[in-house]
This record gives sequence, structure tokens and C-alpha cells, in this order.
Amino acid sequence: MISLEDVSKKYPGQVVPALDGVSFAVEQGDICGIVGLSGAGKSTLIRCMTGLERVDRGAIHIGDVDITRLRGAQLRQAQRRLGVVFQHFNLLSHRTALGNVMFPLEIAKASPEEARRRAEELLDVVGLSDKRDAYPAKLSGGQQQRVGIARALAANPSVLLCDEPTSALDPITTQSILELIRQVNAEFQVTVLIVTHQLSITQQACDSIIVIDEGRIVETGPAQEVLHTPTSRILKAMVTTLSWS
Amino acid sequence: MLFRLLWTALLETVWMVAMAGVISIVLGTVVGAALVFFSDPGLGRDWPINRVLHIEQVLSAIVNVGRSVPFLVLMVAIIPLTRLLVGTSIGTKAAIVPLSIGAIPFAARVVESSMRGVDRGVVEAALVMGAAPLEVVFRVMFPEALPSLVLGFTLTLVSLVSFSAMAGAVGGGGLGDLAIRYGYQRFRTDVMIATVVVLVALVQAIQWVGQAISVAVDRKR
Repeated sequence: MISLEDVSKKYPGQVVPALDGVSFAVEQGDICGIVGLSGAGKSTLIRCMTGLERVDRGAIHIGDVDITRLRGAQLRQAQRRLGVVFQHFNLLSHRTALGNVMFPLEIAKASPEEARRRAEELLDVVGLSDKRDAYPAKLSGGQQQRVGIARALAANPSVLLCDEPTSALDPITTQSILELIRQVNAEFQVTVLIVTHQLSITQQACDSIIVIDEGRIVETGPAQEVLHTPTSRILKAMVTTLSWS
Repeated sequence: MLFRLLWTALLETVWMVAMAGVISIVLGTVVGAALVFFSDPGLGRDWPINRVLHIEQVLSAIVNVGRSVPFLVLMVAIIPLTRLLVGTSIGTKAAIVPLSIGAIPFAARVVESSMRGVDRGVVEAALVMGAAPLEVVFRVMFPEALPSLVLGFTLTLVSLVSFSAMAGAVGGGGLGDLAIRYGYQRFRTDVMIATVVVLVALVQAIQWVGQAISVAVDRKR
């Protein structure tokens, strides 16, 4: 459903590449965790996958299109196949919860009635029907992230890309957001990528794990297996932060 | 007598400021938005036309020139243009031309800084949802920046009040004209004081209304 082939990216003026020959594929319907420390290349990876940055080399397939080959209107069309959830929610402050979920549908030129119906349906899925007329400033972090997830799902994407979705939330809210992500994964058969520096999240929510360090993939495999027998230096160090129950 | 003089002058000032305000805010918004649009990598920075024309750098230089010419000099310097546009170079109508032109660069910088104040994450969120560059400007940046834009426009109007008083010095009409002709040249201290009081009240009123609107449209609080 989503696959990267030999993706490399170096920012101008930097000696070390931010991404260096990254290749991986995520199966349809999987929840995959991409973990790494700060500066490992996670943000660059997301910016390339969402089309915000251009890659120097390689291909990024979302569905059957390589988004690195697209420009302008074609790229925007392809971007709608990807729902993105952000660490800091990034909701429009001048729109209500409902208005925020309607936004991607309006961008995709859905009719106002259709956009409204779909947005109401999604707010119901994330459990915020009663807050649909509230502005983001009046919502808690967890509620804002629920709106963010509903918004990401609005245009019916095949892939949900979550960028540090719980890093700004407390542990209890983190749990509920992870449960919601698992729920929408099952309900909408959407492939989920969770990019995070919190290894505990992958332990709780992911089927598979990809570990990146200094712009390269250093370890990959099924979540439980990788977490129990880490081989890379970086994951061995990160695993010590986990508490096994 | 004094009241009639003041009332007429106040109306002239309000008229000048309102007309020049509308013109400079509309054109300043266009210029300010262009400054942001053509310098943003997610919007128009990498458009082929911008690679050739360097729109942002050129506009920015023009704005800086406009901002560095003292208003009094600008007013005299563009007299031929004023004559061309409104047919005369004296009076309230004529003052609107230099007032507008003088305030456009100011309004442009105000709009530019308001738009740059919009959360980068929100702009990028819209871009990754597949919003086109102009949709980002009209559906994300302008509405998100609205409370700040309103305050900026208020600032522009207040500046125009003080510019308009200067226009009085060259026969532009309004409160500045009154203060100079009666208060200064005819030694009417009462007129001078009354004019200053009215000007202060006018600025206070503009500021109060502007702030009230800004708060009313702000959804962040």
C-alpha cells in the first residue's frame, strides 16, 4: 500500500544526508511504527512522504502512484490519498471541530451537504459529536487530536500517517488516542504509519517496527519480535526505557 | 462658529482617512500577500514566473522606497500624478491620492507580518491535504490571521489620521488645515486646543473599535 525505494535526501549546505537509501514497504491494513531518536531523519521522512520536501533520489509509492514524480495539481490529488495526523494537531483556529473535519472535503471539492454529512459521521467515530461546534481553543489536547484524526480520515485516505501523534499528550490520553488509531485501522481498513520517538507506543499499537538512525534503516520486523530481541545499538538502548508488564 | 468649523474639518478628515484607508488597505493587502506568497517555498516561491521576475525582492524594494520617503515630500513629489488622477492638486480630494500611496507600503508590511504570524504547522497541514497555494492564502492564512490583520488595519488608519493632518499643511483640508490656518496663523489658541482634542478623540475611537472587532473575530481565546 505504501512503499519507499532507495529514498535519499540531503538538505543544501549539510554534509550528512538526512535520509540515505531508505527502502521499506507497509502491508495494506498494517499498523507500522517508525522509531528513531531526535535527528534520526523521521521528520525528513514524513516531509518527503507528504510531498512537502522533494527527494534527491528514490521513489515513494502511495497506492499505485509514485508521488516523487508528481507536481502541482497531480501531486495535490495524490496527497488526498494520505491522511496526516500531527503532533501539535494543527487545527484551524477559526473553524469549529466540524469545520475542521470538513476542510479537506471542501479542498477536494465535495458538496457542502456531503462534506457536512461525512464530517458529522467522523466526529461520531472519534466520539466528539457533542463538541462539533466548539473551536479548537476550547478543546483539550486529546479532543483536538481526535478532531485531527477525524480530519485526516475525512477524504477517505488509504494511508494514515501519524507524526508523533501522542507526544504532546499525557499518558492516559495517549492510551485513548492509540486505541482510537487501532479502532479506525480496523474499521476503515486504513494502513497506519506511526512515526515516533516513544518506543512504548509501538509496543502498544504496532504490528511491525522500522528503526531508523542517521537517515538509514537499522532494524525492521514484527513488533514483538523486534522489541524482545533488538539487534541494533540504537534499539537496544531504547528498549531499556520500556517497562514490560 | 468654532463648533461648525470643527465639525466640517472633522468630516473632511474622516472622509480623507476613510477613502485613503479603503484604497491602501485593499492594495496593501494585495502587495503584502504577494510578499508572503512569493517567498514561501510551499506557495509561489518556486514558481517559474518568480524565478524570472523575483517578485518578492522587487516588491520588497519598492515598499522600502515608499516607506523611506517622508510623507510631506511624497505629497509634493507626486503632484503631477495627483492632478492626473483627480484633476486638482489642492483640497480634500487631492489629498486622498498621496495619503493612499503613502499608506500602501505601510499596510503591505502590516499584512505581511500578520500572515507570517500564522502557525507554520497549520499552513503545512493544509498543503499536505492537497490545498492549492491560493486556497492556502484565502482559506487558511487570511482567516487565521484575521484578528491580527484587523489590528494592523487599525494601526494603518491611525497613521492615516496623522498623515492627513500633514496634508492640511498644503491645503488638503481637514483638522490639520484648521489647526494651521486658525490655530497657528490667526493665533486662535482655542481652535488649536479644540483641534488637538478632536484628533485625540478620533484616534481613540478608531483604536477602540479596531480592538473590539479584533477580539470579536478571535477564536483563540
